[in-house]
Amino acid sequence: MEYILIFIAAVFVNNIVLAQFLGICPFLGVSKKVDTALGMSAAVTFVLTIATIVTFLIHKYILDSFGLGFMQTICFILVIASLVQMVEIVLKKVSPALYQALGVFLPLITTNCCILGVAILVIQKEYNLLETIVFAVSTAIGFALALIIFAGIREQLAMTKIPDSMRGTPIALITAGLLAMAFMGFSGIV
Amino acid sequence: MSNVKIFSNGILKENPVFVLLLGMCPALGTTSSAVNGMGMGLATTFVLLCSNMAVSSIKNLIPDQVRIPAYIVVIATFVTVVQMCMEAFIPSLYASLGLFIPLIVVNCIVLGRAEAFAAKNKLIPSASDGLGIGLGFTFALTLLGATRELFGTGKLFGLHLFPEKFGSLIFVLAPGAFIALGYLIAIVDKLRKA
Amino acid sequence: MAKLKSTLPNMLLSLTVICISAGAILAGVNMYTSGPITEAKAAALQRAITQVTPDFDNDPTADVYKSVTSDGDSLLIYPAIKDGETVGVAVESNTKNGFSGEIKVIVGFAPDGTLINYSILEHAETPGLGSKMEEWFRTDKNNQSVIGRSLADGNLTVSKDGGEIDAITASTITSRAFLNAINRAYSAYKGTDGSTGATGSY
Repeated sequence: MEYILIFIAAVFVNNIVLAQFLGICPFLGVSKKVDTALGMSAAVTFVLTIATIVTFLIHKYILDSFGLGFMQTICFILVIASLVQMVEIVLKKVSPALYQALGVFLPLITTNCCILGVAILVIQKEYNLLETIVFAVSTAIGFALALIIFAGIREQLAMTKIPDSMRGTPIALITAGLLAMAFMGFSGIV
Repeated sequence: MSNVKIFSNGILKENPVFVLLLGMCPALGTTSSAVNGMGMGLATTFVLLCSNMAVSSIKNLIPDQVRIPAYIVVIATFVTVVQMCMEAFIPSLYASLGLFIPLIVVNCIVLGRAEAFAAKNKLIPSASDGLGIGLGFTFALTLLGATRELFGTGKLFGLHLFPEKFGSLIFVLAPGAFIALGYLIAIVDKLRKA
Repeated sequence: MAKLKSTLPNMLLSLTVICISAGAILAGVNMYTSGPITEAKAAALQRAITQVTPDFDNDPTADVYKSVTSDGDSLLIYPAIKDGETVGVAVESNTKNGFSGEIKVIVGFAPDGTLINYSILEHAETPGLGSKMEEWFRTDKNNQSVIGRSLADGNLTVSKDGGEIDAITASTITSRAFLNAINRAYSAYKGTDGSTGATGSY
């Protein structure tokens, strides 16, 4: 039951993009087409889950046991950066097809703040390993959901007439605002 | 280009939020009031200034292939310094900014300036670039925070300007952040072209 | 000075030096700030305890003990003692039923179960709606205030649920969660209080 609650809260109520403002850059950057949005979502889900588990273990067994909590930020970002590189190399060798699909998105992920954000959040929330995994996966699903819906709207938006100054990012932001309003309807269900 | 020009460039012409559209996450996440926006902006400015100066002074000691991890370590160090000092001396601001302080590390502006400017320029220009971009970011965040606070609660920097019941709460909530920033970018765009 | 070439020893050397100096700087700053950080946290707790209990002459944070609530959770209780007599307690309570997550409060009770005052330690409720609880439940207007009410007569509930307390306008969930935290605090306090006896009365 608790895991279902974590899932619903992370996907709908506290959606990582629309309620917590993490991962806005890819949300605005790669949301012009549904195809690229799907690719990005898959890449984020993949990296987010692995990175969160690794950083969780590092925090628990290395940083915490040696009292090095103040090295958290440095450690996590280095782990994430090298992990992304490693995933890229492994993927290239093991599954060229998957690499073709996700490859272009991988370098962008290092500076995606939702990865580091989730890694720090699970430490703050004092989750155990299983809760961490559930939280990471559901956050990634929440990200994917928001990104894909948004991309769908933007594809339609590209064909409408809007004032010059509003074109591009401003109208995208306002659309995101309306989407965030819709997601607010979910709050309170957990 | 003179140092003054580099400095003012960052504030207006290349304003990181309104023009370059970088650093959106903290811009949206921390601006529920003008004070919070300003605190976040100043924390980022400090990190930018320090990391730009550090990167510029050690740039010749870093082999090209490992420059990105090296820059990330430098940036993360300063971010952690800011985080610890803020928790020790301004705990209330630390509580309201929360997660977004460690996330300065992944703010594209900081790494972007280290790579694009500090790695190629001398110490003083790098410092003025960091300060300019940082203050431009602070200005944008304060403006956005002030807009949301004013329309949302009728206050500005905590001072009541008009009664709270005329405010529309949505501006303080998540959707208001997106909408307010969208309109601000559109207005700045219009002003720049005019 | 010429730029270092990207040879393996050079790369290793420069990264090692950077990491060691980063570690050294952080260790230094950590040493310097860890004192003020713990002090600031202790001071905040001390302020909250003073706010919710009558005058005391002991050190509540030193006399703190744990107690079990009726739902099996354990909370921290800070007794306020004056001239050897317990004049009240501050209970650090929480609830996960908030509109957006956990709410942490500290609640002060007199020995007879009367609520003296409360203070919100941490919350993530909607600003402008749920966040009003910081003032709402101590404002003496209609049936808003919880101050001076005795929990010995039973749990506090909002008027929508047949209780006596007026919920915050448009924030019933937050109000319910807040009262839940208070009821939990009282149940923990009562669980340790010999004079009222049974722990499982509700």
